[in-house]
Amino acid sequence: MEISDVHKNSKVLIDGIPYEVEDMEFMKPGKGRAIYRLKLRNLSDGSTIERTYHSGDRIDEARISTHEMQYLYQEDDHYIFMDTETFEQHFLSGVQLGNKKHFLKQGVVVAIQMMGDKPLGINMPTFVELEVMGSGIGDKKDTFSAQTKAAVLETGYTIAVPTFIKEHDIIKVDTRTGTYVERVSTRK
Amino acid sequence: MLGNDHDRLLGIKPNLQRRALIYHHTRAFFLEQGFLEIETPIRTPAVAPEQHIMPFKSEDWFLSTSPELHMKRLLASGYDRLFQISRCFRKGEHGRQHNPEFTLLEWYRTGADYRHMVYDTEQLVLTVATRLGLGHVIRYKDEGIDLTPPWPRTTVRDAFLRAAGWDPVVEPDPLRFDTDLVTRVIPSFAPGRPTVLLDYPAPMASLARLKPGQPTVAERAEVFIGGIEIANAYSELVNAQEQGMRFRAEVETIEREHGQKMPLPHRFLDALAHLPECGGIALGMDRLVMLFCNADSIDEVVAFTVDTA
Repeated sequence: MEISDVHKNSKVLIDGIPYEVEDMEFMKPGKGRAIYRLKLRNLSDGSTIERTYHSGDRIDEARISTHEMQYLYQEDDHYIFMDTETFEQHFLSGVQLGNKKHFLKQGVVVAIQMMGDKPLGINMPTFVELEVMGSGIGDKKDTFSAQTKAAVLETGYTIAVPTFIKEHDIIKVDTRTGTYVERVSTRK
Repeated sequence: MLGNDHDRLLGIKPNLQRRALIYHHTRAFFLEQGFLEIETPIRTPAVAPEQHIMPFKSEDWFLSTSPELHMKRLLASGYDRLFQISRCFRKGEHGRQHNPEFTLLEWYRTGADYRHMVYDTEQLVLTVATRLGLGHVIRYKDEGIDLTPPWPRTTVRDAFLRAAGWDPVVEPDPLRFDTDLVTRVIPSFAPGRPTVLLDYPAPMASLARLKPGQPTVAERAEVFIGGIEIANAYSELVNAQEQGMRFRAEVETIEREHGQKMPLPHRFLDALAHLPECGGIALGMDRLVMLFCNADSIDEVVAFTVDTA
């Protein structure tokens, strides 16, 4: 596509590597050529690069499709998913998943972005509900501050929660920041 | 969506109020000096052919990219001091400092050159700042900018040698020039003062005359304040033959690179034979308002942009 058609969140291919446009700055000397400065995030490893383009330049569009997949299990740094339509298995690395890996519950169905047969990333709900398994809850040494304490979730992730949270409570977690939002239900 | 638009418009009200005051003080500045305010067509059969300025089509005509050609036709008929605040349109220009539809202030003086137009700009900007009650030093993006004239002047050659390490007059390279200008040269300007760039390489003269005795550069000046390109001044080229040659070269480039046929502005070229020595300048009003409103983006000083129209 023409560089002038690129916008924030466009997916593009540079040297065969898929990137997402994180930020785009349009600059133009009054009588001169337009200059586009792109900040690009590598969809495979999360690293960012900057590139400068000029009006008239072309850039390859990355064809990204989204597939529903079920999370099966973790093996070393590989997180294994199964396509719910084709039953093919794919894996994403911890880096590709980022924070979101801490909130993957076995059996959950998520949307995976694919380029061809290569998984690139995961679309996860902003909020997920997880059970507190709670080893060390109430233990003095696990207290983060006066108001919070450490809790272990069913995914194995340790999170700061308010002191009133008990074992087997279900809590809502923000997957972007990895922080506690609210208590959803409590054990009777 | 309606709620968002409501909040957005309410939020920029102080900027739009200041914008109206800036227009008021700008008009007063020119009227006090005997300038005549004019209006010229926004829809026109031909625009100045320029490789990097793409006009919008309007049936077989164009939306104006600048009022320059019509203003010069008036000068050629004996008008001596003209100003205009007009809407202009440039395709594809959309960013923090750009909207495809924008407002240019242009003024022309017979018997003047590009240096005189820069002097006018200093007086105008300082006068408006003073009448807005801002004084000589304005705040823009955490930086105090001292508007006291004269503003530091530097040649394009010196600025490039210092900030980019090459001489665009000796080795013209338009692509590298535009890139280095926005990524290296402009960011190198002292933030606390305006900067005036003088003497552009001859191939970038556009409608400016070449410098007498130094034909490798053109008498063209650009004014930058707070890292923003505010105004572009010329000692106007009054040689119809030379202007015709430059336009034909631009028309060929546009057809080759963009596949677009551009008509020559014949009425302007005919009038050019009668154009007296004069200076002219185009100043981006939206950007001037950005400066005086301490706004980072054109969206904050225009009621409706291409994204919200």
